[in-house]
Amino acid sequence: MTEKLVIIGNGMAPGRMLEHLLEKAPGRYQVIIFNAEPRVNYDRIMLSPVLSGEKAYEEIIIHGDGWYIKHGITLYKGHKIVAIDRQAKTVTSDHGVTEPYDKLVIATGSVPFIIPVPGHNLPGVLTYRDLDDVRAMMLAAQSRAKAVVIGGGLLGLEAAAGLNAQGMDVTVLHVMPTLMERQLDPAAGYLLKRAVEERGIKVITKANTQAITGNGKVEQVELADGTIIPATLVVMAVGIRPNAAIAKEAGIAVNRGIVVDAGMRSNDPDIYALGECAEVSGQVYGLVAPLYEMARVTASQLAGDEAAAFVHSDTPTKLKVTGIELFSLGDFADGDDRQEIVLRDASAGVYKRLVLKDDRIIGTVLYGETADGAWFNDLKKKQTDISVMRDTLIFGQSYQGGAPLDPMAAVAALPDDAEICGCNGVCKGKITGAITGKGLTSLDDVRAHTKASASCGSCTDLVEKLMVLTLGDTYNPAAVQPMCSCTTLGHDEVRRLIKAKGLKTIPAVMQELEWTTSCGCAKCRPALNYYLVCDWPDDYADDYQSRFINERVHANIQKDGTYSVVPRMWGGVTNAAELRAIADVVDKFEIPMVKVTGGQRIDMLGIRKEDLPAVWADLGQAGFVSGHAYAKGLRTVKTCVGSDWCRFGTQDSTGFGVRIEKFMWGSWTPAKVKMAVSGCPRNCAEATCKDVGVICVDSGYEIHFAGAAGLDIKGTEVLGLVRTEDEALEHIVALTQMYREQGRYLERIYKWAKRIGIPEIKRQIMDDGDKRRAYYERFVFSQKFAQVDPWSERVSGKDKHEFRPMASVGFAQAAE
Amino acid sequence: MNWVSIGSISDIPCRGARCVATPEGKIAVFRTADDQVYAIDDHCPHKGGPLSQGIVHGTAVTCPLHNWVISLETGKALGADEGAVRTIPVRVEGERLFIALEALASRAA
Repeated sequence: MTEKLVIIGNGMAPGRMLEHLLEKAPGRYQVIIFNAEPRVNYDRIMLSPVLSGEKAYEEIIIHGDGWYIKHGITLYKGHKIVAIDRQAKTVTSDHGVTEPYDKLVIATGSVPFIIPVPGHNLPGVLTYRDLDDVRAMMLAAQSRAKAVVIGGGLLGLEAAAGLNAQGMDVTVLHVMPTLMERQLDPAAGYLLKRAVEERGIKVITKANTQAITGNGKVEQVELADGTIIPATLVVMAVGIRPNAAIAKEAGIAVNRGIVVDAGMRSNDPDIYALGECAEVSGQVYGLVAPLYEMARVTASQLAGDEAAAFVHSDTPTKLKVTGIELFSLGDFADGDDRQEIVLRDASAGVYKRLVLKDDRIIGTVLYGETADGAWFNDLKKKQTDISVMRDTLIFGQSYQGGAPLDPMAAVAALPDDAEICGCNGVCKGKITGAITGKGLTSLDDVRAHTKASASCGSCTDLVEKLMVLTLGDTYNPAAVQPMCSCTTLGHDEVRRLIKAKGLKTIPAVMQELEWTTSCGCAKCRPALNYYLVCDWPDDYADDYQSRFINERVHANIQKDGTYSVVPRMWGGVTNAAELRAIADVVDKFEIPMVKVTGGQRIDMLGIRKEDLPAVWADLGQAGFVSGHAYAKGLRTVKTCVGSDWCRFGTQDSTGFGVRIEKFMWGSWTPAKVKMAVSGCPRNCAEATCKDVGVICVDSGYEIHFAGAAGLDIKGTEVLGLVRTEDEALEHIVALTQMYREQGRYLERIYKWAKRIGIPEIKRQIMDDGDKRRAYYERFVFSQKFAQVDPWSERVSGKDKHEFRPMASVGFAQAAE
Repeated sequence: MNWVSIGSISDIPCRGARCVATPEGKIAVFRTADDQVYAIDDHCPHKGGPLSQGIVHGTAVTCPLHNWVISLETGKALGADEGAVRTIPVRVEGERLFIALEALASRAA
């Protein structure tokens, strides 16, 4: 007698299971299927091509009606099961059909997760799950209006690409900093974002959806930061969760999904679960490969093979958007016991990263070129020892075979007409010819004479190899000091390329300039952060995690981990109220040390980090702002008392110092900038050893720069004499901006000036009025974004996590 | 092992750290760029600098006082420097973070 097998759900997993079962045990079961969707089994993975118009529904059907008839299977379309009676062993549908079972398979799949923001139930808010959703989206797309997709994961991006292909104006909102962060590292996420944006889809990351609003239907989406995006269609694609409600009601063990053993059997021996609704060894699955594996196991079990067991294996992720190649597999976190091999080819838009442990691949991210994904997957699965092909592994399977390539030998083997520099069309023969013919010995010489590696710089490595081949050991390729061990590029090249390529985030720089580490180091990150702050003042979001602690908490860390705080005293001028406020703060917070600084202000030392916001709040009440005594930025403008008091004073040096400080505070610079204004050549403010100094004379203002009184001692150079205070300010600001734009991170003005040459600086600032005003205006523009008092920001709650422990534990136990 | 809840992964900035106060001193809990979480004593083996205040890169942190680079996984100083700091087991369950408290008690004992 045939047993009755009832299946709840008619998706891809039970469909595949039936194919296996019909093959292994034909005729053993009488099969009855309940499908809540009013249709046959179709390929859900292909919904994206249906949405984009590349495929029709008919093309993605797996089992047509004829298949069910041929195999004698009863399919209830549009019947949702509302009850499982485990005692009576029956199921009942919402249309009142009750069927008895001997074995029951639950394959109810998953339900989309809806963010419970206000307005989530307005008409026009859809999910992306089944053909009905796709049809609703295609209908909405006919209006050619604006759509918002919430969720920048696999599903969300596919939905966005589909809607875009249907002619809608699409914005993707993603709550994390990079797209598909579960499958991709930040570098690949950045490339993906760029590719998505190139299709005309807007992407907003770190987007926190606050509400969906509209009058009776969707009209706009509001973000937590106040941004408002008009939209007539909102697609929620933020994730899925297993649809296990019916099993739970029936008293079957449910955790995240329906809990099954390796044989896909639930805690009721006659009930199996498979697909996205099932949870095996604590894991639930959403990609098709493991679901098909579950189908195979369930079919074997139902056919009587009790040894069949589901084994976890990592499944590669691929994005189904035409023209975007992306592959991600396994574990790609960093670790000491792991090594990474990174290949970046910026011009081709290729990024590849292999994560290795004990000479075996454990993770792979491929972007732009994924042909070797299968091979890497195979190496990983087989745990192949890759040490013999390590050097060329990342180039893929086609490179393997013979002996490992010696990169130097490969360059030596190139014919003379092989193109080395693509940008400038320079071939190998021309470079080697110039080196020997003209006696060139440095990379800069080769660049000057041949233009090779003078544009994008991506062939620098090849050019240097040619120099080594031609010159032998006399060539020292390290002549350009790289920024750090994460790159071969020097500071100047990096700065130039940031501007030339319009790079506006740290991941963008690291990708385009082919960084060899995935997230930089403590040397390059603060430098890049400064360059981006300086070059894109209105666009770049300052990355606090790439700043040194002092700039992150706006105080100076001391050897015992406490901090010192220096409020701004404009031009070194103070009064009784300010001093009283400082005294009160010192008493209140029991500050152990108060000291007058060399820059004419007051330093309070030994403040506990937790107290910083409260200290600032009290100082702020008295009108103080941060003195930036910690910053690679404008610190102090030291002054003497000038013509107001001094019998020798020629100009109002105090007033001018205060004016400079109020104009320039808050600006970030490559290294610290200290200034001074002296009222006469007696120079009581010691202006002639400062980064920028002013000596007032009867006829005007003598501007000095490039002094030093630290590691090095050096008197200033004279920039020039100007007549009025306004002119002096313009010249000083322009000089500072020139330094900001050209200086290498941590390079003080005197070192920068030595590198650029004093005459060149004079020419640009003193002689070229247009250039000077352009520098001045760029500084003024940048100040709009820089002049925010960091103390008051933090008193009002910014970065409050910095100042509090996240938890206190163990104290109760200690008291016992 | 006694797992104690210390909060949620979202409490820690990405590529940053937060402290957990304990009777035996602070523990620094780090979150890397790819959301791995590690806990080590907040005390550089060199001169006791607060590691939680350093710049986090890869699975390492650079001490804010004298730029020692400490591995978050092993607690050992990387590069030419020698020294190690204690690591504390961390468990991530969904969003929630736990650290092993017994390991703390054993240090007090």
